[in-house]
Amino acid sequence: MTSGSTPAIVVEGLVKRFGDTTALAGVDLVVPEGSVLGLLGPNGAGKTTVVRVLATLLQPDGGRAEVVGLDVVREAAQVRAAIGLTGQYAAVDEYLTGYENLEMVGRLYRLGKRESRSRAAELLERFDLADAASRPAKTYSGGMRRRLDIAASLIARPRVLFLDEPTTGLDPRSRLGMWEFIADLADGGTTILLTTQYLEEADRLADSMVVIDRGRVIARGTGDELKAQVGGQRLELTVGREPDVMVVLDRLRPLAAGEAQVDDQTRRVSIPVSGGTDALAEALRRLEGSGVEVLDVGLRRPDLDDVFLTLTGRGTDEAGEPGAEHAAGREPATTSGGAR
Amino acid sequence: MSALSAVVADSATITRRNLIKVKRVPDLIVFATLSPIMFVLLFRYVFGGAIEVPGDVSYAEFLLPGIFAQTIVLGSTTTGASLAEDLQKGLIDRFRSLPMSRSAVLIGRTVADLGLNAISIFVMALTGLAVGWRINSSVPEAIGGFLVLLVFAYAISWLMAVVGLLVRTPEVVNNASFIVIFPLTFVANTFVPLESFPPVLQTFAEWNPVSAVVQAARDLFGNTVAGAPPPDAWSLQNPVAYTLLWTVGFLAVFVPLAVRLYSRTSTR
Ligand SMILES: Nc1ncnc2c1ncn2[C@@H]1O[C@H](COP(=O)(O)OP(=O)(O)O)[C@@H](O)[C@H]1O
Ligand SMILES: [Mg+2]
Repeated sequence: MTSGSTPAIVVEGLVKRFGDTTALAGVDLVVPEGSVLGLLGPNGAGKTTVVRVLATLLQPDGGRAEVVGLDVVREAAQVRAAIGLTGQYAAVDEYLTGYENLEMVGRLYRLGKRESRSRAAELLERFDLADAASRPAKTYSGGMRRRLDIAASLIARPRVLFLDEPTTGLDPRSRLGMWEFIADLADGGTTILLTTQYLEEADRLADSMVVIDRGRVIARGTGDELKAQVGGQRLELTVGREPDVMVVLDRLRPLAAGEAQVDDQTRRVSIPVSGGTDALAEALRRLEGSGVEVLDVGLRRPDLDDVFLTLTGRGTDEAGEPGAEHAAGREPATTSGGAR
Repeated sequence: MSALSAVVADSATITRRNLIKVKRVPDLIVFATLSPIMFVLLFRYVFGGAIEVPGDVSYAEFLLPGIFAQTIVLGSTTTGASLAEDLQKGLIDRFRSLPMSRSAVLIGRTVADLGLNAISIFVMALTGLAVGWRINSSVPEAIGGFLVLLVFAYAISWLMAVVGLLVRTPEVVNNASFIVIFPLTFVANTFVPLESFPPVLQTFAEWNPVSAVVQAARDLFGNTVAGAPPPDAWSLQNPVAYTLLWTVGFLAVFVPLAVRLYSRTSTR
């Protein structure tokens, strides 16, 4: 974060209701020009709603929001000229080729024919889509569609870019590639508001993070600050029999740097530890001769679930609306740490 | 860029986009033309012998304007289904986040569908000529006949745009439209003369705008017999005026309504 720069996004007391559901219950956030904000939260937390209000797609019921100094309700038309939006699901026209998609969006941003075409070609190149440029987007893989979608939102060189869960559903390789694209954009000075369910992703890409839950901000700060709150790595053990759980808790208590969590159903014990692999070795030594049947043991970096357990006492599974069908994935496959 | 030229430029961009889809999915055009051809042949040869038409005009001449009208009214339902599809696929969200004109997506859609309807009519006219349909009027009158059909279809497109934005599921839009469109096109003078209806249905059919469109087309193509008794209802004595009244009414109501819905709608 550069101090003294004008904020590109200011959100104050934002409220949005859908019937009985309060999707946003007073959200505040500030994103300085040129920085990346990670908006973190499980499914149903209100991330998409924040993005949609900022992108002028939804009218808030309370509070206010400004993008590049323009009010998103009263000056919506000017806001649209300054932003790029990549929604949670790729919004590309399947019947148009990659090139046609980009050219169309360029024209609609009023870039003119020549500029639209040259920007389209440039972005296809940059997003590794040049070979597929003249194929209908119907034939693209999920990762290619996402890239095309992002390229479309970049065509007019927006000052502010919204990326709503840009890596959800991507395979590990595409995810890594997407991270590189996003990091490049951030280096180029674009202000980015990125939503994600993955702490690791926000930590890697964002200058600062805001964690929301049920439409409220429950934490904010840099990745390090958040992790400091949550604790370092976790030692996770799955045991074979129910009585083993107590034995494990008992024997490993001296290693714990915080409160241990137990999932009774899966018989998994999760203990915050410091000391990395040493702690792992020590733990195994302590369990020697105990008769505990260890099915799985490993070290894991904290994820959104841990943030939630620490901050709210609940897992992300219970975070969203009642009956939310699927909770935040534990972590991106590429970042799973430790010795599983 | 002035507001008007912005609307025109954006609408042209969207129209082009919609027509590219027609090029990429030839089934669309095949179905848009095959079903009317089938209707022409079916009615002409299967039912043709059983249906009596007043005067000495051939059933082919009586039939074709009816088929034209039914086909383009059905063709207009594409507008609703396509918008619902765009909504479902998140494209409307994309468009709404762009600094483009608020009416362009709708204008581009309805204009593209008008183009498709024009192609359908052209194919049907050729088929009709092959099975005995003739234009017995002057060139300007014949052009007027095609225009009345297309203008009415264009107005229906805007009604369907509203339906599409409200219903939001392409399949449901299609089914819902058929429930409305089939009675409208069948309880009319489309395929059989009005005299064959029971009294209640006859009154409905007389004032049904589809009947007026068909009547207007028959008059303008010269497919009515000079000696036939004049219709009882004002709507059918002045079919062009009556059709244009409906057209203007539809546009006045549904254009602003569709633009309003578009500006607020969003994919969940
Ligand atoms: N269009 C809508 N109609 C009704 N409820 C909605 C709508 N959009 C979002 N919600 C509700 O608002 C809450 C926040 O949703 P959302 O912003 O999509 O969360 P996230 O993107 O963090 O998963 C959820 O409870 C969701 O069900
Ligand atoms: Mg979301």
